[in-house]
Amino acid sequence: MTVAEANAPVPLLEATGLSKTFGIVEVLKDINLTVRPGEVHAIIGENGAGKSTLMKILAGNQPPTRGEIRMDGEVVSFSGPVDAENRGIVLVHQEILLAPDLTVAQNIYLGRELHKGIFIDDRAMNEGAARAIGDLGGDIDPNAIVSRLSIAQRQIVQIARVLLVPHRIVIFDEPTASLTPHETEALLKVIKDIRAKGVGVLYISHRLPEVKEIADRVTVLRDGRLVASHLASELEPADMARLMVGRDVAKLYPDRHAGQARETVLQVEHLNVPGYAQDASFELRKGEILGFAGLVGAGRTELMEGLVGLRPSRGSVRLNGQPVDFRDVHTSLKAGIAYLSEDRKGKGLLLTKDLRVNLTLSSLGKFVGALQIDRKRESEALDQAIQDFDIRTGRKDILAGQLSGGNQQKLLLAKMMMLDPSIVIIDEPTRGIDIGNKEQIYKFIARLAEEGRSIIVVSSEMPELIGICDRILVMRSGRIVGEVTGEHMNENEIVQLATGVKTGEAA
Amino acid sequence: MSSVATEPTKAPKTSKDWDMAAIAPFIALALLLVLGYFANPNFVSVANILNVITRSAFIAIIALGATYVISSGGLDLSVGSMVAFVASLMILFLNSGTIADPMLLLITGMLLTIALGAACGLANGLITTIGRIEPFIATLGTMGIYRGLTTWLSQGGAITLRDRELQALYRPVYFGSVAGVPVPIVIIFVTAAIAAFVLYRTRYGRHVIAVGSNEDVARYSGISVNKVRTVAYVIQGLCVAVAVLLYVPRLGSTSATTGILWELQAITAVVVGGTALRGGVGRIWGTVCGAFILEIVGNIMLLSNFVSEYLIGAIQGAIIIIAMLVQRSLMRK
Repeated sequence: MTVAEANAPVPLLEATGLSKTFGIVEVLKDINLTVRPGEVHAIIGENGAGKSTLMKILAGNQPPTRGEIRMDGEVVSFSGPVDAENRGIVLVHQEILLAPDLTVAQNIYLGRELHKGIFIDDRAMNEGAARAIGDLGGDIDPNAIVSRLSIAQRQIVQIARVLLVPHRIVIFDEPTASLTPHETEALLKVIKDIRAKGVGVLYISHRLPEVKEIADRVTVLRDGRLVASHLASELEPADMARLMVGRDVAKLYPDRHAGQARETVLQVEHLNVPGYAQDASFELRKGEILGFAGLVGAGRTELMEGLVGLRPSRGSVRLNGQPVDFRDVHTSLKAGIAYLSEDRKGKGLLLTKDLRVNLTLSSLGKFVGALQIDRKRESEALDQAIQDFDIRTGRKDILAGQLSGGNQQKLLLAKMMMLDPSIVIIDEPTRGIDIGNKEQIYKFIARLAEEGRSIIVVSSEMPELIGICDRILVMRSGRIVGEVTGEHMNENEIVQLATGVKTGEAA
Repeated sequence: MSSVATEPTKAPKTSKDWDMAAIAPFIALALLLVLGYFANPNFVSVANILNVITRSAFIAIIALGATYVISSGGLDLSVGSMVAFVASLMILFLNSGTIADPMLLLITGMLLTIALGAACGLANGLITTIGRIEPFIATLGTMGIYRGLTTWLSQGGAITLRDRELQALYRPVYFGSVAGVPVPIVIIFVTAAIAAFVLYRTRYGRHVIAVGSNEDVARYSGISVNKVRTVAYVIQGLCVAVAVLLYVPRLGSTSATTGILWELQAITAVVVGGTALRGGVGRIWGTVCGAFILEIVGNIMLLSNFVSEYLIGAIQGAIIIIAMLVQRSLMRK
C-alpha cells in the first residue's frame, strides 16, 4: 500500500453529510468521503446504489441537497462542471463523449485549441496529443479519425483529453466496462502512475478483483447510504460483494410452491447476437420463472431482443421442439412469445395516446370486424384489463403518459397478455416503480406462471430475482457464465458470478 | 397496496387541448368566410364558393395522401412532379390510340393512371424504407426524376390531348356535376370519406398513427414499420393519380411546369389542418379544410383590392407559419 494512511496530512477533498433527493426519492443520504493525495479510493455498490449521483455531485454536475464539500479545508460549492475542473477535479465519463468525425488530436484539444496567431496550431496539438497518449502507454496516431478507433482506444483518447486539464483529483466512472482484460491492465497501470504523482483518484467499478488490485481504500454504498469504508488491504472481493448486497428483504414476494420439473417449452442453443451476446444456451420449462441476472451492459436485454427478432441473431431456437426463426416481433408474438421492453416509455407504450389504443395495439386483429375496428369491444377489453391488472386511473380516457410508472407497467403487461402468450419475457419489470406496485407486479408474474405460462425475468435487482425466480442464469460480458438454483440462490453467489470473482460451471 | 402517485397529476397535454387543435382549422375557415364577405359580398355566393372548392380539388386530394405519409412519420416532396409525370404518360397513352373504342381507351387509360400512381408511390416507399434513406432526401431525388422524365417526354414543350372526341368524352369528369354539385367536389368528399374511414376505423389506420407516434413502440408491438410506411406512400401515389384523373380533362395538356410547388401546397394544407409534421396525429377533415383555406385566401385576394394577387405565395407562406404557431400554443397548455 502507498503512503495514504489515515494520518496523512490534509485531504484534497472532504465531503460530509452529502445527501441528494429527487422529488420524494432520497438517492443519497449522509455520505462522508475523503480523497487524499496519492490515494486510489474505490466506490462500489449495486446498480442504483447512488454511485453515479455521488460522482456527479463531486464533479459539479449536480448540487447536493444537503451536506458540504471541502477542498484543502475550505468549504466549496461548484457552480458547474467547469468550476469543478478549474479547482482540479476532472471526471472520466463511463460513456465515450468524443466527436466521432474529428481526429484524435482535435478531440483532445476540443474547446481549448492551441493557436499560433489567428491560426490553429495543428502541429503543436498533434505533438501534445501524441505525448499525452504516450504517457498513458497508448500508441494511437493523433491524426486518426476517432470513429475508426476501437472502443478501448477511444477510452484512452478520452482519458488523455481529461488529463490535459491541470488536475488534482481524477474520478473514473467504470472506466473498464468496455475494455478487454489486456486493456484493463494497461489502464490500471496508468492509474497507478497518476497516483504516484500525488493525484487523488476516485475509482468506480463493478469489477471487484480489479478494485482489490488498484484501490487503497474501498467505500461501499447501498441504497444511497454508505455502509462501509475500509482499507482495501482489509477486504477480499468476496467481502466486498457481501457488503454490497447484504440487506434484509421484507415480505415483498409471493409464495411459490416449487413445482416439479415439467416439459421444456423453449430451447435456445448457441444463440449469438452480434456485438452483444455470444453462444447463449438455455432452456425454459413450462410454468417456470427463469431469471437473468448480470450487470448493466452484460447483454441480457440484447439477448432477449435477439431471441424475439428485434435484433439480428444466429443460433438455434426450438419452441415446443419445433425449430423457429423469428425475423420480427410479429412472428414471435404470433408464436406465443411476448417481450416487455425495459424501456416502457420509449418502446412499450404510446404515451400520447389513450389507454384503449395502447391496450389493443399488438392484438388489433382480434378487434377487427369485417373491416373496421370494433371500438366497443376495445372499450370492454380495457375495462377488463383495468380490473384484472388493477390499473389505477381516475378516468379511462386519459393518455398513457399520464399514468404513474407502476400503472404504465401494468398496462404494458395487460397489452402483451392480450394475445395470450405462452412465454412472457419481462425486462426490468419493476424499474422506477414504487413498492406497492412492485408487490402487485410480482403477484401477476407468479399468477402467470401458475396459469402454466413460462416467464423470463431480466433484472438488475438481485433481491427481486431471488424472490420470484425458480432458477437464475447469470450473464457477464455477453455470455451466460453460470446458473444458480435452490439454496445457492443468494446475492453473494450472483454478484460473484456477475463480477467475475467466481466463474460458474456453465461454459 | 400503495396508491402513491397513481393519480395522474399535472398532465402535459389534456384531451381538451387536442380537441382544440382539431377544431382550430375549422374556426379559421369560418373566420375567412366572414372576412371574405366583408371584402366582397359576391364572395359568399353559392356559385363562387363552389367554384373555389372545385379549384382546390387537386391540392385537397393530394394532401389527403400526404396526411397518411406525414402522420406515419414520413414526407413526400415528389407529388408535384409525380402529377406532371403521371398526367403526361396518361395523355401520351390516350394519344397513342392503341384501343379503337374511345370509351374503352379512356377507361383503360384511367386504370393505367391509377396503377402508375401507385407504382410511383411504391418507388418512394421502397427507397425510404428498404433503402433506408431519409424521406426528405429520397423524395427530393424522385421529385427530380419525375420532373426530369416529364421534361424529356415533352421535349421541353407541351403534351396535349389531341383527340377531340376523347376530350368531349372525358370533359364531364371535371366540368360535370352530380345533383348540382361539381364532380371534383364530390370526388374530394368521397376520397376524404374513404381516407377518414381507413385512418380512423381500420387496423391499418391505427398502425399508421402508432408508427408515426413512436416507431420503436410500434416495432416492439409487432407492427411492420416498413410495410406501414410503404403503404402510406402507395396511398399518396393513388391520391396523386386521382388528382391526375381530374387534371387531364380540365387542361388536357401538361408541360415541364405542371404541378410545380404543389408538394409545398399539399404539405401546407396538411399542417394547417392540424396534422403534426413529426407524425402520430392525422386529421383527414382538417386537411380538406386546410386545402380550402389556401384556395379561399387566394380567392379573397383576387376579389378584394387590399393586397396584390402577386403576393399570394407570400401569404400562403405566412399561413403555414401562423398555423404552426397556433398549433404549438394549443399544445403547450
